Amino acid sequence: MADIKQIKEIEQTLIEDFSLFDEWEEKYEYLIDLGKKLAPLSGEFKTEDYKIKGCQSSVWIHSSYREGRVYFEGDSDAIIVKGLVSLMIMVLSGQQPKDIVEAPLDFINQIGLSSHLAQTRSNGLRAMIKQMKMDAGAWGHLV
Amino acid sequence: MTEKKPFDVEKIRQQFPILQRKVKGKDLVYFDNAATSQKPQAVIDTINSYYTQCNANIHRGLHTLADEATAKYEESRVSVQEFIGAEWHQEIIFTKGTTDGINIVASSWGRANLNTGDEIIISTLEHHSNIVPWQMIAEERGAILKVIPIDDEGVIDIEAFKKMLSEKTKMVSIIHVSNALGVINPVEEIIKLSHEKNALVLLDGAQSAVHLDIDVTQLDCDFFVFSAHKIYGPTGVGVLYGKKYLLEAMPPYQGGGEMIKEVSFEKTTYNELPFKFEAGTPNIGDVIAVKTAIDFIKEEGKEAMRNHEDNLLMYATEKLRTIEGLKIIGDVLNKVSVISFVIDGIHPQDLAILLDNQGIAVRTGHHCAQPLMKRLGIVGTTRASFAAYNTIEEIDKLMVALNKAIKMLK
Repeated sequence: MADIKQIKEIEQTLIEDFSLFDEWEEKYEYLIDLGKKLAPLSGEFKTEDYKIKGCQSSVWIHSSYREGRVYFEGDSDAIIVKGLVSLMIMVLSGQQPKDIVEAPLDFINQIGLSSHLAQTRSNGLRAMIKQMKMDAGAWGHLV
Repeated sequence: MTEKKPFDVEKIRQQFPILQRKVKGKDLVYFDNAATSQKPQAVIDTINSYYTQCNANIHRGLHTLADEATAKYEESRVSVQEFIGAEWHQEIIFTKGTTDGINIVASSWGRANLNTGDEIIISTLEHHSNIVPWQMIAEERGAILKVIPIDDEGVIDIEAFKKMLSEKTKMVSIIHVSNALGVINPVEEIIKLSHEKNALVLLDGAQSAVHLDIDVTQLDCDFFVFSAHKIYGPTGVGVLYGKKYLLEAMPPYQGGGEMIKEVSFEKTTYNELPFKFEAGTPNIGDVIAVKTAIDFIKEEGKEAMRNHEDNLLMYATEKLRTIEGLKIIGDVLNKVSVISFVIDGIHPQDLAILLDNQGIAVRTGHHCAQPLMKRLGIVGTTRASFAAYNTIEEIDKLMVALNKAIKMLK
Protein backbone atom coordinates (compact mmCIF):
# COMPACT_ATOMS: atom_id res chain seq x y z
CA MET A 1 0.00 0.00 0.00
CA ALA A 2 2.95 2.26 -0.53
CA ASP A 3 1.15 4.13 -3.30
CA ILE A 4 -1.44 5.52 -0.90
CA LYS A 5 -0.54 9.03 0.13
CA GLN A 6 -0.80 10.12 3.71
CA ILE A 7 -3.59 12.55 4.64
CA LYS A 8 -1.03 15.32 5.22
CA GLU A 9 0.41 14.87 1.73
CA ILE A 10 -2.99 15.05 0.07
CA GLU A 11 -3.84 18.14 2.11
CA GLN A 12 -0.56 19.74 0.98
CA THR A 13 -1.39 19.07 -2.67
CA LEU A 14 -4.83 20.64 -2.21
CA ILE A 15 -3.33 23.69 -0.50
CA GLU A 16 -1.01 24.13 -3.48
CA ASP A 17 -3.87 23.64 -5.96
CA PHE A 18 -6.06 26.19 -4.22
CA SER A 19 -3.22 28.69 -3.94
CA LEU A 20 -3.34 29.00 -7.73
CA PHE A 21 -6.79 30.54 -7.52
CA ASP A 22 -6.72 34.32 -7.45
CA GLU A 23 -10.45 34.93 -7.43
CA TRP A 24 -13.22 33.46 -5.34
CA GLU A 25 -14.97 32.43 -8.56
CA GLU A 26 -12.17 30.04 -9.49
CA LYS A 27 -12.30 28.36 -6.11
CA TYR A 28 -16.03 27.81 -6.32
CA GLU A 29 -15.93 26.78 -9.97
CA TYR A 30 -13.41 24.14 -8.92
CA LEU A 31 -15.71 22.95 -6.11
CA ILE A 32 -18.72 22.90 -8.43
CA ASP A 33 -16.68 20.91 -10.92
CA LEU A 34 -15.63 18.45 -8.21
CA GLY A 35 -19.28 18.12 -7.24
CA LYS A 36 -20.35 17.41 -10.80
CA LYS A 37 -17.63 14.81 -11.26
CA LEU A 38 -18.16 12.97 -8.00
CA ALA A 39 -18.89 9.29 -8.62
CA PRO A 40 -22.60 8.76 -8.03
CA LEU A 41 -23.63 7.11 -4.79
CA SER A 42 -25.51 3.90 -5.39
CA GLY A 43 -29.24 4.29 -4.80
CA GLU A 44 -29.26 1.73 -1.98
CA PHE A 45 -27.20 4.12 0.15
CA LYS A 46 -29.15 7.26 -0.73
CA THR A 47 -31.56 6.61 2.09
CA GLU A 48 -32.44 8.12 5.45
CA ASP A 49 -29.96 5.75 7.13
CA TYR A 50 -27.00 7.38 5.42
CA LYS A 51 -28.36 10.91 5.36
CA ILE A 52 -26.85 13.74 7.36
CA LYS A 53 -29.79 16.06 7.46
CA GLY A 54 -28.86 19.70 7.57
CA CYS A 55 -30.88 22.88 7.80
CA GLN A 56 -30.48 23.70 4.14
CA SER A 57 -29.12 20.75 2.20
CA SER A 58 -28.67 17.04 2.70
CA VAL A 59 -25.52 14.94 2.57
CA TRP A 60 -25.27 11.19 2.25
CA ILE A 61 -22.09 9.40 3.35
CA HIS A 62 -21.51 5.67 3.03
CA SER A 63 -18.36 3.94 4.22
CA SER A 64 -16.88 0.49 3.74
CA TYR A 65 -13.84 -1.25 5.17
CA ARG A 66 -11.26 -3.32 3.31
CA GLU A 67 -7.85 -4.50 4.47
CA GLY A 68 -7.52 -2.05 7.29
CA ARG A 69 -8.68 0.99 5.34
CA VAL A 70 -11.92 2.95 5.25
CA TYR A 71 -13.46 3.90 1.91
CA PHE A 72 -16.05 6.62 1.56
CA GLU A 73 -18.60 7.54 -1.06
CA GLY A 74 -21.17 10.27 -0.82
CA ASP A 75 -23.59 12.72 -2.36
CA SER A 76 -25.48 15.95 -1.70
CA ASP A 77 -28.48 17.69 -3.22
CA ALA A 78 -26.52 20.97 -3.35
CA ILE A 79 -23.63 21.08 -5.80
CA ILE A 80 -21.13 23.13 -3.77
CA VAL A 81 -21.69 20.88 -0.78
CA LYS A 82 -21.23 17.93 -3.12
CA GLY A 83 -17.90 19.47 -4.07
CA LEU A 84 -17.00 19.56 -0.39
CA VAL A 85 -18.04 15.90 -0.08
CA SER A 86 -15.72 15.11 -2.99
CA LEU A 87 -12.90 17.06 -1.35
CA MET A 88 -13.27 15.18 1.92
CA ILE A 89 -13.39 11.85 0.10
CA MET A 90 -10.14 12.76 -1.66
CA VAL A 91 -8.50 13.43 1.69
CA LEU A 92 -9.98 10.69 3.86
CA SER A 93 -11.03 7.78 1.69
CA GLY A 94 -8.61 4.86 1.67
CA GLN A 95 -6.93 5.91 4.90
CA GLN A 96 -6.56 3.96 8.11
CA PRO A 97 -9.20 4.48 10.82
CA LYS A 98 -6.79 5.95 13.34
CA ASP A 99 -5.39 8.45 10.82
CA ILE A 100 -8.89 9.56 9.85
CA VAL A 101 -10.04 9.97 13.44
CA GLU A 102 -6.94 11.94 14.40
CA ALA A 103 -6.67 14.11 11.28
CA PRO A 104 -6.80 17.79 12.29
CA LEU A 105 -7.83 18.74 8.72
CA ASP A 106 -6.44 22.27 9.07
CA PHE A 107 -6.11 22.47 5.28
CA ILE A 108 -9.76 23.65 5.27
CA ASN A 109 -8.68 26.96 6.82
CA GLN A 110 -5.70 27.24 4.55
CA ILE A 111 -7.72 26.85 1.36
CA GLY A 112 -10.17 29.49 2.56
CA LEU A 113 -13.21 27.32 3.10
CA SER A 114 -13.46 27.68 6.87
CA SER A 115 -16.73 29.61 6.51
CA HIS A 116 -18.27 26.28 5.56
CA LEU A 117 -17.47 25.08 9.07
CA ALA A 118 -19.62 27.85 10.56
CA GLN A 119 -22.66 26.77 12.54
CA THR A 120 -25.10 28.07 9.94
CA ARG A 121 -23.53 25.88 7.33
CA SER A 122 -22.77 23.05 9.69
CA ASN A 123 -24.45 20.58 7.41
CA GLY A 124 -21.97 21.58 4.74
CA LEU A 125 -18.81 20.36 6.28
CA ARG A 126 -18.85 20.07 10.04
CA ALA A 127 -21.49 17.33 10.22
CA MET A 128 -19.91 15.58 7.26
CA ILE A 129 -16.49 15.40 8.91
CA LYS A 130 -18.03 14.27 12.19
CA GLN A 131 -19.84 11.43 10.42
CA MET A 132 -16.73 10.34 8.50
CA LYS A 133 -14.68 10.27 11.68
CA MET A 134 -17.38 8.37 13.53
CA ASP A 135 -17.56 5.79 10.73
CA ALA A 136 -13.79 5.42 10.75
CA GLY A 137 -13.78 5.06 14.52
CA ALA A 138 -16.41 2.35 14.32
CA TRP A 139 -14.58 0.40 11.61
CA GLY A 140 -11.34 0.59 13.55
CA HIS A 141 -13.10 -0.30 16.82
CA LEU A 142 -11.66 2.89 18.22
CA VAL A 143 -14.88 3.94 19.91
CA MET B 1 -51.39 67.56 9.94
CA THR B 2 -47.70 67.98 9.37
CA GLU B 3 -46.56 68.46 5.83
CA LYS B 4 -45.37 65.32 4.11
CA LYS B 5 -41.67 65.35 3.40
CA PRO B 6 -40.41 63.67 0.25
CA PHE B 7 -38.98 60.18 0.65
CA ASP B 8 -35.20 60.33 0.40
CA VAL B 9 -33.61 56.90 0.44
CA GLU B 10 -30.08 58.33 0.61
CA LYS B 11 -30.93 60.21 3.79
CA ILE B 12 -32.35 57.02 5.27
CA ARG B 13 -29.28 55.03 4.29
CA GLN B 14 -27.05 57.54 6.07
CA GLN B 15 -28.78 56.65 9.32
CA PHE B 16 -27.73 52.99 9.10
CA PRO B 17 -24.00 52.68 9.83
CA ILE B 18 -23.87 48.97 8.92
CA LEU B 19 -24.71 49.76 5.31
CA GLN B 20 -21.22 51.25 4.99
CA ARG B 21 -19.47 47.99 5.62
CA LYS B 22 -17.94 45.71 3.05
CA VAL B 23 -18.58 42.00 2.73
CA LYS B 24 -15.89 39.98 0.97
CA GLY B 25 -14.52 43.23 -0.35
CA LYS B 26 -17.81 44.37 -1.84
CA ASP B 27 -20.44 46.86 -0.73
CA LEU B 28 -22.96 45.05 1.42
CA VAL B 29 -26.35 44.54 -0.20
CA TYR B 30 -28.64 43.54 2.63
CA PHE B 31 -31.76 41.78 1.39
CA ASP B 32 -32.51 39.70 4.49
CA ASN B 33 -34.79 42.20 6.16
CA ALA B 34 -37.57 39.70 6.79
CA ALA B 35 -35.12 37.89 9.09
CA THR B 36 -34.07 41.08 10.85
CA SER B 37 -33.80 44.69 9.81
CA GLN B 38 -30.71 46.79 10.38
CA LYS B 39 -30.74 49.46 13.10
CA PRO B 40 -30.59 53.22 12.62
CA GLN B 41 -27.97 55.19 14.55
CA ALA B 42 -30.70 56.65 16.79
CA VAL B 43 -31.62 53.17 18.09
CA ILE B 44 -27.97 52.33 18.71
CA ASP B 45 -27.54 55.69 20.49
CA THR B 46 -30.54 55.08 22.73
CA ILE B 47 -29.13 51.76 23.90
CA ASN B 48 -25.73 53.33 24.45
CA SER B 49 -27.19 56.28 26.31
CA TYR B 50 -29.29 54.03 28.51
CA TYR B 51 -26.21 52.20 29.78
CA THR B 52 -24.05 55.31 30.01
CA GLN B 53 -26.67 57.63 31.52
CA CYS B 54 -29.58 55.97 33.26
CA ASN B 55 -29.16 52.26 33.86
CA ALA B 56 -31.24 51.25 36.86
CA ASN B 57 -33.79 48.62 37.71
CA ILE B 58 -37.30 49.83 37.07
CA HIS B 59 -40.56 50.13 39.01
CA ARG B 60 -39.02 49.58 42.44
CA GLY B 61 -36.13 51.90 43.18
CA LEU B 62 -36.70 55.25 44.86
CA HIS B 63 -33.79 57.07 43.31
CA THR B 64 -33.38 59.33 40.30
CA LEU B 65 -31.94 56.77 37.93
CA ALA B 66 -34.72 54.30 38.72
CA ASP B 67 -37.31 57.02 38.14
CA GLU B 68 -35.81 57.99 34.81
CA ALA B 69 -35.43 54.41 33.58
CA THR B 70 -38.99 53.59 34.68
CA ALA B 71 -40.38 56.66 32.92
CA LYS B 72 -38.57 55.80 29.68
CA TYR B 73 -39.62 52.15 29.88
CA GLU B 74 -43.26 53.12 30.30
CA GLU B 75 -43.00 55.76 27.55
CA SER B 76 -41.96 52.96 25.26
CA ARG B 77 -45.08 51.03 26.20
CA VAL B 78 -47.28 54.00 25.31
CA SER B 79 -45.39 54.42 22.06
CA VAL B 80 -46.14 50.78 21.15
CA GLN B 81 -49.76 51.27 22.19
CA GLU B 82 -50.07 54.11 19.67
CA PHE B 83 -48.07 52.24 17.02
CA ILE B 84 -50.57 49.40 16.90
CA GLY B 85 -53.69 51.30 17.94
CA ALA B 86 -54.35 49.55 21.25
CA GLU B 87 -56.99 51.05 23.50
CA TRP B 88 -55.06 50.67 26.77
CA HIS B 89 -51.33 50.75 27.56
CA GLN B 90 -51.95 47.86 29.98
CA GLU B 91 -52.65 45.74 26.92
CA ILE B 92 -49.02 45.99 25.83
CA ILE B 93 -46.80 43.28 27.33
CA PHE B 94 -43.08 43.36 26.60
CA THR B 95 -41.75 39.93 25.66
CA LYS B 96 -38.55 38.47 24.22
CA GLY B 97 -40.05 38.42 20.75
CA THR B 98 -42.82 37.04 18.58
CA THR B 99 -42.10 33.43 19.54
CA ASP B 100 -42.25 34.33 23.22
CA GLY B 101 -45.57 36.13 22.73
CA ILE B 102 -47.18 33.13 21.05
CA ASN B 103 -45.85 30.83 23.75
CA ILE B 104 -47.33 33.04 26.48
CA VAL B 105 -50.77 32.90 24.91
CA ALA B 106 -50.61 29.20 24.07
CA SER B 107 -49.44 28.28 27.58
CA SER B 108 -51.33 30.72 29.73
CA TRP B 109 -54.57 31.17 27.82
CA GLY B 110 -54.45 27.60 26.50
CA ARG B 111 -54.01 25.95 29.89
CA ALA B 112 -56.93 27.91 31.33
CA ASN B 113 -59.28 27.60 28.37
CA LEU B 114 -58.59 24.54 26.24
CA ASN B 115 -60.29 21.25 27.00
CA THR B 116 -60.49 17.84 25.38
CA GLY B 117 -61.88 18.05 21.87
CA ASP B 118 -61.49 21.83 21.54
CA GLU B 119 -60.00 22.98 18.27
CA ILE B 120 -57.22 25.38 17.37
CA ILE B 121 -56.91 26.50 13.74
CA ILE B 122 -53.68 27.63 12.09
CA SER B 123 -52.75 27.84 8.40
CA THR B 124 -50.32 26.02 6.13
CA LEU B 125 -48.30 29.26 5.89
CA GLU B 126 -47.29 29.34 9.54
CA HIS B 127 -43.77 29.86 10.81
CA HIS B 128 -42.71 27.07 13.18
CA SER B 129 -43.25 29.57 16.03
CA ASN B 130 -46.96 29.55 15.34
CA ILE B 131 -47.15 25.77 14.99
CA VAL B 132 -45.11 24.21 17.76
CA PRO B 133 -46.50 26.12 20.80
CA TRP B 134 -50.01 25.11 19.71
CA GLN B 135 -48.99 21.50 19.17
CA MET B 136 -47.51 21.45 22.66
CA ILE B 137 -50.59 22.88 24.39
CA ALA B 138 -52.96 20.80 22.21
CA GLU B 139 -51.18 17.66 23.31
CA GLU B 140 -51.28 18.72 26.94
CA ARG B 141 -54.96 19.65 26.89
CA GLY B 142 -56.30 17.03 24.51
CA ALA B 143 -57.19 19.72 21.97
CA ILE B 144 -57.02 19.30 18.21
CA LEU B 145 -54.91 21.34 15.80
CA LYS B 146 -56.44 22.00 12.38
CA VAL B 147 -54.67 23.52 9.40
CA ILE B 148 -56.22 25.76 6.73
CA PRO B 149 -55.10 24.69 3.24
CA ILE B 150 -53.57 27.10 0.72
CA ASP B 151 -53.29 27.19 -3.06
CA ASP B 152 -50.02 26.90 -5.00
CA GLU B 153 -49.29 30.62 -4.59
CA GLY B 154 -49.76 30.52 -0.83
CA VAL B 155 -53.25 32.03 -0.73
CA ILE B 156 -55.43 30.80 2.13
CA ASP B 157 -58.51 28.79 1.13
CA ILE B 158 -61.13 30.85 2.92
CA GLU B 159 -63.97 28.51 1.91
CA ALA B 160 -62.15 25.60 3.52
CA PHE B 161 -61.61 27.76 6.61
CA LYS B 162 -65.35 28.50 6.83
CA LYS B 163 -66.04 24.77 6.81
CA MET B 164 -63.42 24.11 9.51
CA LEU B 165 -64.85 26.70 11.90
CA SER B 166 -67.32 25.38 14.42
CA GLU B 167 -68.46 25.79 18.00
CA LYS B 168 -65.44 23.65 18.93
CA THR B 169 -63.02 26.24 17.54
CA LYS B 170 -61.52 28.14 20.46
CA MET B 171 -58.51 29.81 18.85
CA VAL B 172 -57.51 30.81 15.33
CA SER B 173 -53.82 31.70 15.20
CA ILE B 174 -52.70 33.09 11.88
CA ILE B 175 -49.62 34.64 10.37
CA HIS B 176 -50.61 38.13 9.20
CA VAL B 177 -48.01 38.22 6.43
CA SER B 178 -46.17 35.08 5.34
CA ASN B 179 -42.48 35.28 6.26
CA ALA B 180 -41.57 32.80 3.54
CA LEU B 181 -43.58 34.29 0.67
CA GLY B 182 -44.65 37.81 1.69
CA VAL B 183 -48.33 37.07 0.98
CA ILE B 184 -50.77 39.15 3.07
CA ASN B 185 -53.54 37.06 4.59
CA PRO B 186 -57.20 38.18 4.61
CA VAL B 187 -57.13 38.69 8.37
CA GLU B 188 -60.16 41.02 8.53
CA GLU B 189 -62.35 38.27 7.11
CA ILE B 190 -60.70 35.59 9.24
CA ILE B 191 -61.32 37.64 12.39
CA LYS B 192 -64.94 38.32 11.48
CA LEU B 193 -65.67 34.68 10.67
CA SER B 194 -63.90 33.45 13.80
CA HIS B 195 -65.75 35.84 16.08
CA GLU B 196 -69.06 34.68 14.63
CA LYS B 197 -68.19 31.30 16.14
CA ASN B 198 -66.88 32.90 19.36
CA ALA B 199 -63.33 31.81 18.57
CA LEU B 200 -60.44 34.11 19.49
CA VAL B 201 -57.87 35.26 16.93
CA LEU B 202 -54.14 35.70 17.42
CA LEU B 203 -52.26 37.47 14.65
CA ASP B 204 -48.57 36.77 14.21
CA GLY B 205 -47.47 40.23 13.14
CA ALA B 206 -43.73 39.51 12.91
CA GLN B 207 -43.69 40.46 9.22
CA SER B 208 -46.64 42.83 9.07
CA ALA B 209 -45.79 45.30 11.84
CA VAL B 210 -43.07 47.04 9.83
CA HIS B 211 -44.90 47.20 6.50
CA LEU B 212 -48.63 47.55 7.18
CA ASP B 213 -50.62 50.05 9.20
CA ILE B 214 -51.69 48.15 12.27
CA ASP B 215 -54.77 49.09 14.26
CA VAL B 216 -55.59 46.23 16.59
CA THR B 217 -58.74 47.96 17.82
CA GLN B 218 -60.13 48.34 14.32
CA LEU B 219 -58.95 44.86 13.30
CA ASP B 220 -60.59 43.56 16.47
CA CYS B 221 -57.99 40.80 16.80
CA ASP B 222 -57.74 39.37 20.30
CA PHE B 223 -53.96 39.01 20.37
CA PHE B 224 -51.25 40.55 18.21
CA VAL B 225 -47.58 39.67 18.55
CA PHE B 226 -44.44 41.05 16.91
CA SER B 227 -40.70 41.50 17.36
CA ALA B 228 -38.86 44.80 17.70
CA HIS B 229 -35.85 43.62 15.71
CA LYS B 230 -37.88 43.43 12.51
CA ILE B 231 -39.08 47.04 12.87
CA TYR B 232 -35.58 48.62 13.00
CA GLY B 233 -35.42 48.03 16.75
CA PRO B 234 -33.15 45.89 18.92
CA THR B 235 -33.15 42.11 19.22
CA GLY B 236 -34.46 40.46 22.35
CA VAL B 237 -37.67 42.49 22.66
CA GLY B 238 -41.11 41.78 21.39
CA VAL B 239 -44.66 42.79 22.08
CA LEU B 240 -47.71 40.84 23.05
CA TYR B 241 -50.92 42.79 22.67
CA GLY B 242 -54.00 41.21 24.17
CA LYS B 243 -57.46 42.56 24.85
CA LYS B 244 -57.53 43.70 28.45
CA TYR B 245 -60.33 41.42 29.60
CA LEU B 246 -58.52 38.41 28.13
CA LEU B 247 -55.16 39.26 29.68
CA GLU B 248 -56.82 39.94 33.02
CA ALA B 249 -58.44 36.53 33.01
CA MET B 250 -55.28 34.71 31.97
CA PRO B 251 -53.10 33.15 34.68
CA PRO B 252 -49.48 34.40 34.87
CA TYR B 253 -46.99 32.72 32.55
CA GLN B 254 -43.92 32.89 34.74
CA GLY B 255 -43.57 33.53 38.43
CA GLY B 256 -40.95 35.79 40.00
CA GLY B 257 -40.21 39.39 40.83
CA GLU B 258 -42.16 42.27 39.30
CA MET B 259 -45.26 40.14 38.59
CA ILE B 260 -46.39 39.90 42.21
CA LYS B 261 -48.47 42.05 44.52
CA GLU B 262 -47.76 40.20 47.74
CA VAL B 263 -45.79 37.05 48.45
CA SER B 264 -46.01 34.80 51.46
CA PHE B 265 -45.14 31.12 51.76
CA GLU B 266 -48.84 30.37 52.03
CA LYS B 267 -50.18 32.42 49.14
CA THR B 268 -49.07 34.91 46.54
CA THR B 269 -51.25 37.50 44.88
CA TYR B 270 -50.36 38.74 41.45
CA ASN B 271 -49.66 42.20 40.18
CA GLU B 272 -52.01 43.91 37.77
CA LEU B 273 -51.57 44.28 34.02
CA PRO B 274 -49.18 44.59 32.33
CA PHE B 275 -46.72 43.61 35.09
CA LYS B 276 -48.43 40.28 35.73
CA PHE B 277 -46.82 39.04 32.51
CA GLU B 278 -43.43 40.69 32.93
CA ALA B 279 -41.77 38.54 35.59
CA GLY B 280 -38.19 39.37 36.48
CA THR B 281 -36.06 42.32 35.41
CA PRO B 282 -37.01 42.98 31.81
CA ASN B 283 -34.73 43.90 28.92
CA ILE B 284 -34.94 47.55 29.93
CA GLY B 285 -32.37 49.13 27.61
CA ASP B 286 -33.74 47.43 24.52
CA VAL B 287 -37.35 48.10 25.46
CA ILE B 288 -36.53 51.81 25.73
CA ALA B 289 -34.97 51.67 22.26
CA VAL B 290 -38.21 50.26 20.82
CA LYS B 291 -39.67 53.76 21.12
CA THR B 292 -36.72 55.13 19.16
CA ALA B 293 -37.36 52.58 16.40
CA ILE B 294 -41.03 53.55 16.29
CA ASP B 295 -40.07 57.24 16.23
CA PHE B 296 -37.81 56.51 13.27
CA ILE B 297 -40.68 54.85 11.37
CA LYS B 298 -43.05 57.70 12.27
CA GLU B 299 -40.50 60.29 11.19
CA GLU B 300 -39.97 58.70 7.77
CA GLY B 301 -43.61 57.73 7.44
CA LYS B 302 -44.81 54.16 7.19
CA GLU B 303 -46.77 54.87 4.03
CA ALA B 304 -43.81 56.53 2.30
CA MET B 305 -41.60 53.61 3.30
CA ARG B 306 -44.17 51.15 2.04
CA ASN B 307 -44.49 52.93 -1.30
CA HIS B 308 -40.74 52.83 -1.73
CA GLU B 309 -40.61 49.14 -0.79
CA ASP B 310 -43.47 48.38 -3.18
CA ASN B 311 -41.53 50.04 -5.99
CA LEU B 312 -38.53 47.87 -5.15
CA LEU B 313 -40.77 44.83 -5.09
CA MET B 314 -42.28 45.60 -8.50
CA TYR B 315 -38.89 46.35 -10.04
CA ALA B 316 -37.33 43.18 -8.63
CA THR B 317 -40.31 41.05 -9.66
CA GLU B 318 -40.09 42.35 -13.22
CA LYS B 319 -36.34 41.74 -13.40
CA LEU B 320 -36.46 38.28 -11.83
CA ARG B 321 -39.15 37.17 -14.25
CA THR B 322 -36.65 37.57 -17.10
CA ILE B 323 -34.44 34.79 -15.70
CA GLU B 324 -35.05 31.51 -17.45
CA GLY B 325 -36.28 28.73 -15.20
CA LEU B 326 -36.96 31.09 -12.29
CA LYS B 327 -40.31 30.84 -10.58
CA ILE B 328 -41.56 33.30 -7.99
CA ILE B 329 -43.44 31.53 -5.22
CA GLY B 330 -46.29 33.59 -3.83
CA ASP B 331 -46.68 35.58 -7.03
CA VAL B 332 -49.76 37.52 -5.97
CA LEU B 333 -50.64 41.21 -5.87
CA ASN B 334 -51.48 41.38 -2.20
CA LYS B 335 -48.03 41.05 -0.66
CA VAL B 336 -45.27 42.95 1.10
CA SER B 337 -41.72 43.50 -0.17
CA VAL B 338 -40.60 39.89 0.00
CA ILE B 339 -39.73 37.82 -3.07
CA SER B 340 -39.26 34.11 -2.72
CA PHE B 341 -38.15 32.15 -5.75
CA VAL B 342 -36.79 28.86 -7.01
CA ILE B 343 -34.67 28.20 -10.09
CA ASP B 344 -34.86 24.94 -12.04
CA GLY B 345 -31.96 22.65 -11.27
CA ILE B 346 -30.33 24.96 -8.72
CA HIS B 347 -30.25 24.34 -4.99
CA PRO B 348 -31.00 27.48 -2.95
CA GLN B 349 -27.96 26.90 -0.74
CA ASP B 350 -25.61 27.02 -3.74
CA LEU B 351 -27.16 30.33 -4.76
CA ALA B 352 -26.81 31.78 -1.27
CA ILE B 353 -23.11 30.87 -1.08
CA LEU B 354 -22.36 32.41 -4.46
CA LEU B 355 -24.41 35.54 -3.71
CA ASP B 356 -22.68 35.95 -0.34
CA ASN B 357 -19.34 35.91 -2.12
CA GLN B 358 -20.61 38.89 -4.10
CA GLY B 359 -21.61 40.81 -0.99
CA ILE B 360 -25.31 40.04 -1.22
CA ALA B 361 -27.22 38.78 1.81
CA VAL B 362 -30.38 36.85 1.00
CA ARG B 363 -32.05 34.09 2.93
CA THR B 364 -32.34 30.58 1.60
CA GLY B 365 -33.89 27.42 2.91
CA HIS B 366 -37.23 26.53 4.39
CA HIS B 367 -37.64 29.84 6.28
CA CYS B 368 -38.73 27.97 9.43
CA ALA B 369 -41.83 26.86 7.57
CA GLN B 370 -41.14 23.23 6.72
CA PRO B 371 -44.82 22.21 6.39
CA LEU B 372 -45.30 25.06 3.89
CA MET B 373 -42.30 23.92 1.83
CA LYS B 374 -43.65 20.37 1.88
CA ARG B 375 -47.05 21.62 0.65
CA LEU B 376 -45.36 23.55 -2.17
CA GLY B 377 -43.24 20.51 -3.03
CA ILE B 378 -39.89 22.28 -2.69
CA VAL B 379 -36.88 21.96 -0.36
CA GLY B 380 -36.69 25.69 0.08
CA THR B 381 -36.54 29.02 -1.69
CA THR B 382 -34.22 31.94 -2.08
CA ARG B 383 -35.80 34.97 -0.45
CA ALA B 384 -34.94 38.61 -1.01
CA SER B 385 -36.75 40.97 1.36
CA PHE B 386 -36.53 44.73 1.10
CA ALA B 387 -36.50 47.51 3.68
CA ALA B 388 -36.80 51.29 3.39
CA TYR B 389 -33.03 51.69 2.97
CA ASN B 390 -32.74 49.38 -0.05
CA THR B 391 -32.37 50.80 -3.55
CA ILE B 392 -33.05 50.02 -7.20
CA GLU B 393 -29.25 49.96 -7.75
CA GLU B 394 -28.97 47.20 -5.17
CA ILE B 395 -31.55 45.14 -7.07
CA ASP B 396 -29.48 45.67 -10.22
CA LYS B 397 -26.48 44.33 -8.27
CA LEU B 398 -28.55 41.33 -7.21
CA MET B 399 -29.43 40.65 -10.84
CA VAL B 400 -25.79 40.77 -11.95
CA ALA B 401 -24.76 38.54 -9.06
CA LEU B 402 -27.62 36.15 -9.67
CA ASN B 403 -26.84 35.77 -13.36
CA LYS B 404 -23.22 35.14 -12.51
CA ALA B 405 -24.15 32.51 -9.92
CA ILE B 406 -26.50 30.76 -12.34
CA LYS B 407 -23.82 30.71 -15.01
CA MET B 408 -21.37 29.16 -12.55
CA LEU B 409 -23.83 26.52 -11.43
CA LYS B 410 -25.24 25.43 -14.78
